Amino acid sequence: MALQSLDIVRRSATTTASPSVRQAQTGTVAKLIDTTKCIGCKACQVACMEWNDLRDEIGTNIGAYQNPHDLTDQSWTLMRFAEYENPDKGNDLEWLIRKDGCMHCADPGCLKACPAPGAIVQYSNGIVDFHQENCIGCGYCIAGCPFDIPRISKRDHKAYKCTLCSDRVAVGLEPACIKSCPTGALVWGTKEDMQHHAAERVEDLKSRGFDNAGLYDPPGVGGTHVMYVLHHADQPQLYNDLPADPHISPAVGLWKGATKPLALTGIVLTALAGFFHYIRIGRNETHESDEQAAARETERARHE
Amino acid sequence: MSDPTNDPSRRTIQRYTPNERTNHWIVAIVFVLTAISGLALFHPALYWFSVFLGGGTWTRILHPFLGLIMTIAFVVLAAAMWKFNKMEARDWQWLRQGRDVINNREERLPEVGRFNAGQKLVFFVFIACILALLLSGVVIWREYFSLYFSIGLIRAAAVVHGVSAFILICAVVLHIYAGIWVKGSLGAMTRGTVTPGWAWKHHRAWFREKLHATHPRPRSD
Repeated sequence: MALQSLDIVRRSATTTASPSVRQAQTGTVAKLIDTTKCIGCKACQVACMEWNDLRDEIGTNIGAYQNPHDLTDQSWTLMRFAEYENPDKGNDLEWLIRKDGCMHCADPGCLKACPAPGAIVQYSNGIVDFHQENCIGCGYCIAGCPFDIPRISKRDHKAYKCTLCSDRVAVGLEPACIKSCPTGALVWGTKEDMQHHAAERVEDLKSRGFDNAGLYDPPGVGGTHVMYVLHHADQPQLYNDLPADPHISPAVGLWKGATKPLALTGIVLTALAGFFHYIRIGRNETHESDEQAAARETERARHE
Repeated sequence: MSDPTNDPSRRTIQRYTPNERTNHWIVAIVFVLTAISGLALFHPALYWFSVFLGGGTWTRILHPFLGLIMTIAFVVLAAAMWKFNKMEARDWQWLRQGRDVINNREERLPEVGRFNAGQKLVFFVFIACILALLLSGVVIWREYFSLYFSIGLIRAAAVVHGVSAFILICAVVLHIYAGIWVKGSLGAMTRGTVTPGWAWKHHRAWFREKLHATHPRPRSD
């Protein structure tokens, strides 16, 4: 998305503080996805296409409802369908449908991995947004993301993902997907309100036999601004491999953390070691005596 | 004083052929371009290095191709220099006397062949780093290859790429300083020749090899 009237609190590949005087005084925003109310109608997918002017290629039907098969640069949200036979309920079939897309982490791995200044930003309201005009197409965000969300376009080699409709939110509207949901599975508000709402939903689900119902707001990434209500919060992986404990990979932490200052310091110290060797000890020079010694040996060899 | 080039015992010695020098400088130039573009992507403080390749996106596009060119040119150079870089017993002794080396007390060191033990170590560090950079670089080359690898492997490859690039850059900094430190080395790689005194002082075993190749000893039988 282009720059707009939202305050940026964090910016990729930037080592100094972002303007942070204006704070989100009324709290951050969140989308709550109640998987227990979702009927898999895909209205949210269509709304996303319409609002964002996206048209994915027509794919092939492989005999499953999931369509398209994966997130793409043109499909920023996707209903993932899982058929689960619940062993605790006599192998009853449960259809677990999860609306996949960017989770808008409070500690975004994509932003940490991005080498292009300002290509990924985090607004004070919690939305993590890609600014494609600054994107160089390296794909580091894909390696950084704990949820496998960003996709590089084959057309322009820029990275794309759900913006949480930052352009709509900036002018006081709810995201397009929220507006389209017919069952109220998608709810929008402040993060705090969504947590309260989720707590009520969880209580209701527990009273109806879903003892492990719960809110998915993973602390490993500082919490997220897209949260799920799950019937089986103890087994998030049932929902098409939703990670149980997502966090920024230690490899990404190492690559984008300690190695950066250490490596630059190491290179500078190596160069300084050379410089001070030159200053203290100096060059290793060849003198006339060496030339004479070499000449004597050469003469001997010639006359042998 | 007579012109030393007229004195047959003071004629300069060829250290690197024109082909070897060309090969070396192709590696060196492409290395500099690869290193600055890699550093631009490595640390935000150096992102401005991307101007040298025409901006961030061009840096992302060109860096892997530059890396490939460097690797190919380096393989040719390393193949030509391989036989002169085998570690020998006297090389280990040379390394043990590191203190004499850095203090320019060369007369205390064992005789050196075409390359000293420091040069040989740098040679093997270059080989190891370029191999690691090539393999990890393919894995993180998003446009063509990353789709064939798991995200976990891509993350590990990014770390390997960064660490091996760091070691390579430090080794090159040492390599460049060694060229300044040992006066006359730069001429060997630019004009191809060294003086007999230089060869006698720094690479005596090689000097004698060259000498006996030009003036073979009479056969005793």
